[in-house]
Amino acid sequence: MVIDASRNYFELFDFSESFDIDASVLADKYRELQSLTHPDRYANASDQERRLAVQAASYINEAFQILKQPQSRARYLLSLKGVVFNDETDTAADTEFLMEQIELREALEEAAQKDDPLARLDELASEISGRSDALIQAFREQFINDDTVAAKETVLKMRFLQRLHHEIDRLAEQFEDELL
Amino acid sequence: MALLQISEPGMSTNPHEQRLAVGIDLGTTNSLVASVRSGVAETLADDEGRHILPSVVRYIKDTDVVVGEAAKTVAADDPLNTIASVKRLMGRGIGDLKTVAGHVPYEFAGTDSSVPRIRTVVGEVSPIEVSSEILKALKARAEQTLGGELAGVVITVPAYFDDAQRQATKDAARLAGLNVFRLLNEPTAAAVAYGLDQGTEGVIAVFDLGGGTFDVSILRLNKGVFEVLATGGDTALGGDDFDRAIAGWLMEQAGIADDAGHKQMRRLMRDACAAKETLTRQEDADIKLELADGSHWQGQLTREQFNRLIEPFTKKALAACRRALRDAGVSKQDVIDVVMVGGSTRVPNVREQVGEFFGKPPLVDIDPDKVVAIGAAIQADILAGNKPDDEMLLLDVIPLSLGLETMGGLVEKVINRNTTIPVAKAQEFTTYKDGQTAMAIHIVQGERELVDDCRSLARFELRDIPPMVAGQPRIRVTFQIDADGLLNVTAEELTSGVQAGVEVKPSYGLTDNEIETMLKDSMAYAQDDMEQRRLREQQVEADRVIEALDAALAVDGKLLLSEDEYAAIISARDMLIEVRQGNDANAIKQAIKQIEKTSEDYVARRMNRSIQQAMAGHKVEEFE
Repeated sequence: MVIDASRNYFELFDFSESFDIDASVLADKYRELQSLTHPDRYANASDQERRLAVQAASYINEAFQILKQPQSRARYLLSLKGVVFNDETDTAADTEFLMEQIELREALEEAAQKDDPLARLDELASEISGRSDALIQAFREQFINDDTVAAKETVLKMRFLQRLHHEIDRLAEQFEDELL
Repeated sequence: MALLQISEPGMSTNPHEQRLAVGIDLGTTNSLVASVRSGVAETLADDEGRHILPSVVRYIKDTDVVVGEAAKTVAADDPLNTIASVKRLMGRGIGDLKTVAGHVPYEFAGTDSSVPRIRTVVGEVSPIEVSSEILKALKARAEQTLGGELAGVVITVPAYFDDAQRQATKDAARLAGLNVFRLLNEPTAAAVAYGLDQGTEGVIAVFDLGGGTFDVSILRLNKGVFEVLATGGDTALGGDDFDRAIAGWLMEQAGIADDAGHKQMRRLMRDACAAKETLTRQEDADIKLELADGSHWQGQLTREQFNRLIEPFTKKALAACRRALRDAGVSKQDVIDVVMVGGSTRVPNVREQVGEFFGKPPLVDIDPDKVVAIGAAIQADILAGNKPDDEMLLLDVIPLSLGLETMGGLVEKVINRNTTIPVAKAQEFTTYKDGQTAMAIHIVQGERELVDDCRSLARFELRDIPPMVAGQPRIRVTFQIDADGLLNVTAEELTSGVQAGVEVKPSYGLTDNEIETMLKDSMAYAQDDMEQRRLREQQVEADRVIEALDAALAVDGKLLLSEDEYAAIISARDMLIEVRQGNDANAIKQAIKQIEKTSEDYVARRMNRSIQQAMAGHKVEEFE
């Protein structure tokens, strides 16, 4: 790896390790780094340099993706603090939250039977966005208070909502296909 | 120009040297070549002043291959040896032919290669070879017009092309003896041609309806950076479909049987195409057909009727626009400009529908047939290093998700569609048998959950895994997608640090060996030519390496290198200069390799330093 791997994504972009980062500053820095490392800048360079450029640009792309989304940024911040995530066994424990998830899943299944399923899916999507925002707010406080246990639980909840969102997109695409 | 020079932007060691570079629009129906001359990007014409080269290749017994207009005009008389729309077959397998080639008249040979072969009078040819003939014709035209050898080319591909189709395009270029700077998405090239990087900031939609493919791209422009937010489209939708719809209507009206011969079908398609073109200027088109028995049929097609015939296709295109907008996370209202590309956007109904959908009249000022080649030429000029101060950067995305086959024929996504490239993802695997030294990975492209519903890309076989107890090895497989959207796979066993060998079996492409064989067989590369060419290539590369290294060392060699490291690099450099004087291409190649090895750390340190400096510069700006 060409880029110094001992520096984490925050250091790469010269940010402090905090949850709140300015999205437009991040985007500007990202573009600047890409214009330094993108393989197009090395169209005439040696094979070796081109290879290194591909690796460096890939690393910067990955870092940008992780930092851009609050969900992945939250998870990454926790992992820097030594919190370990195990995708196969970790799950949210909050029963009230899990009940809500079941209800949302049911609402999703029922959307197909509505007169205008796409409109219903839009409604559900905005409801989920609202809940995501609340989780982001919660994480912000938990992280500032160094409550990594609660923060991890919040990240796991975020993952639930993200999956629901993907499911909504997938269903919407199906309905669109049927309309054709 | 090179990594070693990045801390001195705009600095060129050889400012007067203009490198010849062209952009090539390798289209389904037509192809073009363009170049920037005296600051203006323009398409290049042939001896007879024609800019458009029909993408038609005719093979004639015992003589040369004929490409373009001359091939197109006789297509109806020699249908089996005249290959048109070969782009539709690029990167496709034998199994696809039923769907893709439903309407093409060629005879396909049974073959054990994964690439279909078309039977002609000169023998069997692959779509890659047919494409390379088109590229050779454009290359010859460019080198004649520009008066020199091309340093490199930018070739455009539909944004929707999968890995196999991109690889096939690159292989065709290699067969044609072209150095590919970059495969560029056609819609991105169109946006570049309109100069939308000059000033405007915001979201742009590019609607590209060509002869055989439809693409829609959603781009964001910001301070000279083009970012493809999302792409969508259909690799089997285009003006040819309009022609076929008209032809089908004509057959119905004139009572022509479905099993009409090759020749009659060709003629019918030609008449249909002519009617379509008339309807862009007039409200109705008169059509006269010659039937098989020598009698004639006469009739009229109105624009209204035509609009109805193409409605399924325009609907499909607009649905793809909607999806691309959603993938991009933007709404119709965010779109500030809509760029129209491809000859089929001349159809008035298409313009109306697009204008209505986006709520603004689309841009149609540049000839929609030339706009892609012009954009490609602008990009080629920049990549050749002719405009060192140009800040334009095109960030692209991968059009289809990349996944692995897992247990039960399911797909596990590794890289999601519309992820910015280049990108790398690593995944760990282990063995399930004691002493297992090899394993296979099947890679697919597509959005569906089942392997069978996705497109098989390649099978990778990992070898040389150190024998261990089952489950103990940790094999990290890295999937690297480069700026052209092409996949490369490497694998390493982590507990032992052993690099596993990776053997690629492309599902719908040629292996490296097959390409080598084709290159050797190619008449254009007599043995002497090959060696001369290799030597010249190595000499050019050597000069490039030395030039870049000297420039870098002058800037920060003493700062970033210890005395020993510095001495080692200088000694490798002197060695290269010495062998550069000789005639041994291999020796030069070895010496270049040696320099690269010696200076690897230095190159990496420079890149890291420039990144840190750039970010530190930011800090200063923000506090000011």
